[in-house]
Amino acid sequence: MTASRAFWPFVLRWGSVIGVLIIVEILVRYNILNQYVLPRPSEILGSLGRLVTEENVLGYFAITMLEVGVAAIGLIAIGIPFGIFLAYRHDFRHAWRDWIAGLAAAPVVLMYPLFLVVFGRGPMTITMIALVTGLPPVILNAMQGVNGTREVLLNVGRSFNLSSQQQFWKIVLPSALPQIFLGLRLGLIYTMITVVAVEYLITLGGLGQLVGELAERYDLAATYAAVCFVVGVSILFFVFLEWVERWLRLSA
Amino acid sequence: MAQTIGLTKAQPPRTGRVAVIRVATVVILLVVWEMIARSGLLYEDVVPTLFAIAGGIVQTLADPAFWQHLQYTAMELTISLCLGGGLGILAGIVIGTNPLIGRAFEPLLYYLGPTPKIIFFPLLIMWFGIGQASKAAMGTISAFFPVALSVAAGLREIDPVLIKVGRSFRASPLQMTLKIYFPAMREPLVNGLRLAFGVSVIGVLLAETKFARHGLGFMVTQFYQQFDMPALYGLVVIIFGFAIAVNWLIGRFSRAV
Repeated sequence: MTASRAFWPFVLRWGSVIGVLIIVEILVRYNILNQYVLPRPSEILGSLGRLVTEENVLGYFAITMLEVGVAAIGLIAIGIPFGIFLAYRHDFRHAWRDWIAGLAAAPVVLMYPLFLVVFGRGPMTITMIALVTGLPPVILNAMQGVNGTREVLLNVGRSFNLSSQQQFWKIVLPSALPQIFLGLRLGLIYTMITVVAVEYLITLGGLGQLVGELAERYDLAATYAAVCFVVGVSILFFVFLEWVERWLRLSA
Repeated sequence: MAQTIGLTKAQPPRTGRVAVIRVATVVILLVVWEMIARSGLLYEDVVPTLFAIAGGIVQTLADPAFWQHLQYTAMELTISLCLGGGLGILAGIVIGTNPLIGRAFEPLLYYLGPTPKIIFFPLLIMWFGIGQASKAAMGTISAFFPVALSVAAGLREIDPVLIKVGRSFRASPLQMTLKIYFPAMREPLVNGLRLAFGVSVIGVLLAETKFARHGLGFMVTQFYQQFDMPALYGLVVIIFGFAIAVNWLIGRFSRAV
């Protein structure tokens, strides 16, 4: 029953995707769609190999992931402790929570020219702005996770006369871990989006730069292939983070 | 022990202390900023004084060109929200009301939603040129996903009794949409539009900073290239204020209806 519930949506989903690609292939082949704007899907697929052999896409990918990784260290080192601090100091929490939520909604990435001026035109700018955009969800979820510790668990700790530190390490942190990781996942998604966006905008760094350069060269098929590669990498990154979060939730 | 007690949710905020922390935070930030600006630690003008930034805000607001650029951006944003929001509502209704289509296509939307949309901009330039259309298209793509996903999720939450009542009255699909679906999914729709507005602003303005001759994003790039830092900071403050104000208005509107 479950298999058949999953089978037809699967067929419909991928059948539609393949169908659209075949239709586009035919329309471009017969010049109904302009091939100078939209290359044939088969040509795009062929260019994926060229991205690896000629354009060093894996090298660009490594740069992007390195920038995301450095920003991730910042998210963990700053965001989580700060969120925990706010959870324990409720006056500060009430004073700053709305501001942090406001920062999450603000178009911070638009400040990239300011970051360029302050940090120079290098990976530092990309990493810093990615860190700033990723921090709010990490802080808010760490705070929420610690504050959401069930009273019964805290009472168990008290009944065992645990010290504040023991209470934190043995009860509060393990209980808050799934929510903390949810925040980290959101923060990393924002970080990834910002890194690629700023790389493209300032034509520097990893995958974003590659897309920008290919577009400037008007290498149409390779540009489309690179965009598909970036979308694929983003989706895999998203799926991986979801998988780790699910695993953490189950083991918590 | 006292710290773990701090974790309980029951404690009400001490309003006076909260206000003091807020005021102190603002004052400390402003003083630190001013000290850095006057210290000479950074290159001159990289961190302008608060007075210079205030001057930049006034100068930008007094400049007629700012209002022209604002009009361009507002136009692109309006088109983005109408097109992206409209298509998002349609897609959300189709996905949310048809289980097979929902299971087939919602995962695609769910996974494509958080991809960096700006990466599509070079393709949009090829399709629509470097004028307003490519920026509006950028905003449209950005706005589509949050609206579609919110509407689809909202529709699934509708009380099945309401849908049965509509069907028992033999309501047409249009009547079902207007009389049952829309009123019931008002909240997720407004939330989706709120998210859509935020991501559209980012999409449109970033696109304007890359290739444009008009718009607030273009102004940001212009100030950056002229190294007019007070004006650049001032413009960023204005854009932030504008985004927060519109977001607040949408929130108020959602509570009012």
